[in-house]
Amino acid sequence: MNAYEKVLSARAADRAQGTFYISRIIDDFIELHGDRSFGDDGAIVGGVGYLDKRPVTVITMNRGDTLEERMKRNFGCPSPEGYRKALRLMKQAEKFGRPVICFVGSPGAYCGITAEERGQGEAIARNLWEMAALEIPILTVVTGEGGSGGALALSVSDRMFMLEDAVYSVVSPEGCATILWKDAGRAKEAAELLKLTSADLLRLGIADAVLDEGGKSPDQVAKELKKLLISSLKDMDKIRISVLLASRYQRYRRIGDLWNG
Amino acid sequence: MERVMLKCRKCGRETPEDVLKSNWWICPGCGGYFRMSARERIRLVVDEGSFRELDPAMLGGNPLDFPEYDAKLEKARESSGERDAVVTGYGKIGRRKCAFFVMDSGFMMGSMGTVVGEKITRVFEYATENRLPVIGFTCSGGARMQEGVLSLMQMAKISVACRWHSNAGLFYMVVLTDPTTGGVTASFAMEGDVIAAEPGALIGFAGQRVIEQTTGQKLPDGFQKAEFQLEHGFADFIIGRRKMKDVISELIDLNTPRERPADKKLPK
Repeated sequence: MNAYEKVLSARAADRAQGTFYISRIIDDFIELHGDRSFGDDGAIVGGVGYLDKRPVTVITMNRGDTLEERMKRNFGCPSPEGYRKALRLMKQAEKFGRPVICFVGSPGAYCGITAEERGQGEAIARNLWEMAALEIPILTVVTGEGGSGGALALSVSDRMFMLEDAVYSVVSPEGCATILWKDAGRAKEAAELLKLTSADLLRLGIADAVLDEGGKSPDQVAKELKKLLISSLKDMDKIRISVLLASRYQRYRRIGDLWNG
Repeated sequence: MERVMLKCRKCGRETPEDVLKSNWWICPGCGGYFRMSARERIRLVVDEGSFRELDPAMLGGNPLDFPEYDAKLEKARESSGERDAVVTGYGKIGRRKCAFFVMDSGFMMGSMGTVVGEKITRVFEYATENRLPVIGFTCSGGARMQEGVLSLMQMAKISVACRWHSNAGLFYMVVLTDPTTGGVTASFAMEGDVIAAEPGALIGFAGQRVIEQTTGQKLPDGFQKAEFQLEHGFADFIIGRRKMKDVISELIDLNTPRERPADKKLPK
């Protein structure tokens, strides 16, 4: 697949998303709603459950499956209250010492008048700022399309994993082509240039591992993902939280540091 | 010598550049704010002779080999006289020491790539090491697309450094200037202890054309202006240029960590 085919595959309506993986990986999941301030954003689903008998908080973007559900969930484009709900659940996880697992797959943060009125920029910024020092392990799994700041708001973490056909980008290829060349039709070209495939992200040191999807059913991928999440959390159990936070700092510190070596 | 005339984007009046320069880059006709370069901002806000630049020689490249990007960078360097879209350093504002970063909309619309990310991160690190407040001036169209996901990650990189600076008990004030949008709004522009905005500045996350196309709605008057952000609770106050230096200086003083008298006494 070329880069643009990967983008289309990551977006495909029938592609398994975070809610599917939660249903396969997390036992006895209980969904928790609302940001305690404005409302409940259906584009983000969060809650608690067990990962192999270990309590965890899980948060995912959700595009919905049926048309009706897609409308309700705003096609997976989170509003500020969605990011604030996610942050509330992360702070709760920190209080009770459970790790957080975030699933990313959404076209991006909602671009609308109401989202601006309620501070879309502030909501994303606050999550980045809080996740920088959240005193529990954070794992991110990119399952679909990871678009821009809206995806980053669930991605500041200790480990980032990507499914093979997932993508992660600063801007959609269509958006990039429109801005640069005033021609959305050149999206295919833009997709190649943006370096957004899982292989690119691994090479750039942003993703830590890529889960092979070739010829596998989503159920098989879920099984392998579960093993990876369990072993990653076990590895982190051996690390003191101050050390974990320092290495989280370094993880981002070195990205694009082209001057020290 | 012929005087360079600059046109006000609000009232259309043309004013000689040297007149604007000695009038805070404010239109004598309508009081509207002109955009100014990072160096001019530093001249107006930082105490004369106190400015020391950090990383003046840092020069970015084309990390993803994006076509035409090298030529764009070259052109921006020539027209702006800067190497990238931010100037950083330390010095004094109203006799109070601080570190600062000033973005420059004259360089590729102040877009944030790896050089902007690295320089601002280093300012926070410098300030954390030297126990200094950080004063930031934002103006940016957002992430720099030509650096792809590397530019996106600068949002996280700066935010992490900003958080560590905050955890050290230090003060960060940001002044949002026209325009502050996209990935800059969704990161360090909104992470200040105090967030001030210049009158009339465009401040938002999503671009106005994108919102109109996505929603088909007409945008209300004053949408995403500084006053809109104040009204919705995302800015502490609107700050005028003439008083800016005094206000920043006072806030640095007010936000210097102090020990309570009772806690200063040694235990018996």
